[in-house]
Amino acid sequence: MKIAILSGKGGTGKTLLAVNLAAAAKVAGYVDCDVEEPNGHLFFKPDHLKEEAVTVKIPQVDDKLCDGCRLCVDFCRYNALAYSHKLIIFDDICHSCGGCVLLCPQKALTEQDQAIGKIKIGKSEDVDVISGIMNSGEASGVPIIDRLQEHIASMDKEGRDVFIDCPPGSSCIVMDSIKNADYCILVAEPSLFGVHNLEMVHELVELFNKDYGVILNKCQENENLAEEYCQARKVNILGRIPFDPELGLINSNGKIAVRESAKYHDLFSGLLSAVLKEAKVETTSNP
Amino acid sequence: MKQLLILSGKGGTGKTTITSAFIRLAAAKAYADCDVDAPNLHLISDWDQEPERNDYFGMDKAWINSDLCSECDLCRQHCRFDAITFTETYAVDPFACEGCAVCEYVCPENAIEMQAAPAGEKMLYRSADTVFSTARLKMGSGNSGLLVSEVKNAMKTSAAADLKLAIIDGSPGIGCPVIASLTGVDMVLLVAEPSVSGLSDLKRVLQTAAGFGIKAAVCINKFDSNPEQTANIEEYCRMHNLDLVGKIPFDEYAVKAINSGKSIVDIDCSSGRAVQPLFNRTMRLLYGD
Amino acid sequence: MKIAIPVDKKSRDSNVCVSFGRAPYFLLYDSESEQGQFLLNTAAESAGGAGIKAAQIVVDSGAQVLLTPRCGKNAADVIIAAEIPIYKTIDKTVTENITAFLAGKLDTLDEIHAGFHGE
Repeated sequence: MKIAILSGKGGTGKTLLAVNLAAAAKVAGYVDCDVEEPNGHLFFKPDHLKEEAVTVKIPQVDDKLCDGCRLCVDFCRYNALAYSHKLIIFDDICHSCGGCVLLCPQKALTEQDQAIGKIKIGKSEDVDVISGIMNSGEASGVPIIDRLQEHIASMDKEGRDVFIDCPPGSSCIVMDSIKNADYCILVAEPSLFGVHNLEMVHELVELFNKDYGVILNKCQENENLAEEYCQARKVNILGRIPFDPELGLINSNGKIAVRESAKYHDLFSGLLSAVLKEAKVETTSNP
Repeated sequence: MKQLLILSGKGGTGKTTITSAFIRLAAAKAYADCDVDAPNLHLISDWDQEPERNDYFGMDKAWINSDLCSECDLCRQHCRFDAITFTETYAVDPFACEGCAVCEYVCPENAIEMQAAPAGEKMLYRSADTVFSTARLKMGSGNSGLLVSEVKNAMKTSAAADLKLAIIDGSPGIGCPVIASLTGVDMVLLVAEPSVSGLSDLKRVLQTAAGFGIKAAVCINKFDSNPEQTANIEEYCRMHNLDLVGKIPFDEYAVKAINSGKSIVDIDCSSGRAVQPLFNRTMRLLYGD
Repeated sequence: MKIAIPVDKKSRDSNVCVSFGRAPYFLLYDSESEQGQFLLNTAAESAGGAGIKAAQIVVDSGAQVLLTPRCGKNAADVIIAAEIPIYKTIDKTVTENITAFLAGKLDTLDEIHAGFHGE
């Protein structure tokens, strides 16, 4: 099963949940798609690290062939090309569409691979930990997520449950992170901001026709606006994580709660069972 | 007019909570929410009127006219973004399309056009003396640096000429929206969370902000939830000569205030009391000694 | 000498625009004829690479020097490749900046910043 964990904003507990569900499953994959601010590796501290560069095709010019016609400069919608005594190409603005290479009448442009980030692969006990990291200043994290999807697919084929830690929000990199998921878990906090952001990501999974359920985090005795939202919209609540300063402390120290104490091992194992049970029901009834 | 930007790097640190407190303490007449992916400031901003709404246009998107399409498949073969699908007709997936126009270029039938596509909505709240600019990016959109710039410009254009202070709620992360938020601001206040992730994200956002030569200060929110990590952040600030303007304790009343659409300085609570001296120190740094 | 400077509005008493890439207009001022013309900066509405496109407009205008409060690295690469020197404006009107430049009172712009990458 490929399970994506997402929330409308950061800080709701996506990584807490994704990391601990993977740890509770014991044999699993954890994939960090939050390529701007990846955090999962801070918890797993994986061994046997391998790195793979993620590259995109960036044009290069042969100045001897270029006659300064500027068709490429005028074509590029990203303004990644300029002509100032010679053609200048801006790698970090280029979206690698290949257009300029196609249209150059002198065939002065060719493409070369350029790194925009990397994938780090390691192991923590029997969890395969894979993180995507984007170099700062790059135009798009999408090619890194596309490479992560390849790893997700191969772990899934091996029969490992994969937990996908998504970026916050609902932008294109979030869409790319969830696109092949079998099931989505929306993590929500009880506050006013929390429910507002839940609404956004709820709209996203509905748009993509995904099977999904909600896990409420930081639950307390008082009113829970996110819970009220779920009840009003008939959204399935899979489970609750209580507001717990001890859990917060373990998490903020970069430790995996499931591996620290039996209490949290039981809490997240319970959530894991609920998630897997629901995911299997949903995917068999809606193939 | 001096502009103060509040950033966090990591989400959920309390950036918007602190921004709303600053707005109240300063009685700010110009403010903006540049977290266009997940705007929250309007929820606690006390405006009971409708804003002026305007579409935001990002990149054009391709559209295939199936009447002219000969189904040669050249467009799909050339699309680097997997944005062209063929079920009964050839069609463009607007979420995947990055507006490069290569398909329009290769189409032998002139069946493809690039069209303006609304990628979000801008909202401007205005009263006799106050302006609040915000926006919401549409789902699946990318690169919201331009929208952030438009939000800030809308605030600046509508703000009274003699205003001394504008406060901007920035976005999390390190990408284009953050960089766009940094243009032209006089100072950035970074809200840090005492956790391993929080320190890691703080470093990444500082790295991003570093090249701009803008005065930067740090504050720690919910500092007592992890004294050891708080100490790590304090040490980091010392080592890098960063002004630490204050620390705010974890406060369950903060959430209660937010839930009733108020800022932490509108009620009597520990976080509200702690943010006062923090605000004063930030203002002293902003206006210079 | 042809001087380019980013401006907020199409008027000689305009302020210098705080942004280079997204300035609404550029003033191209000829110090010999004392004539100026305003160029529309079409880069201002670009989703990305605004500085690069704005720099291209400046290069194509025949400007021989650029006065600006700031400039990103990408834009600077384009301007510098055309051998156009860049000077840092002071916090005054356009006219005052031109006068100061011609009197040799402006400094060159040394802090080329990291750029807005996609702005």
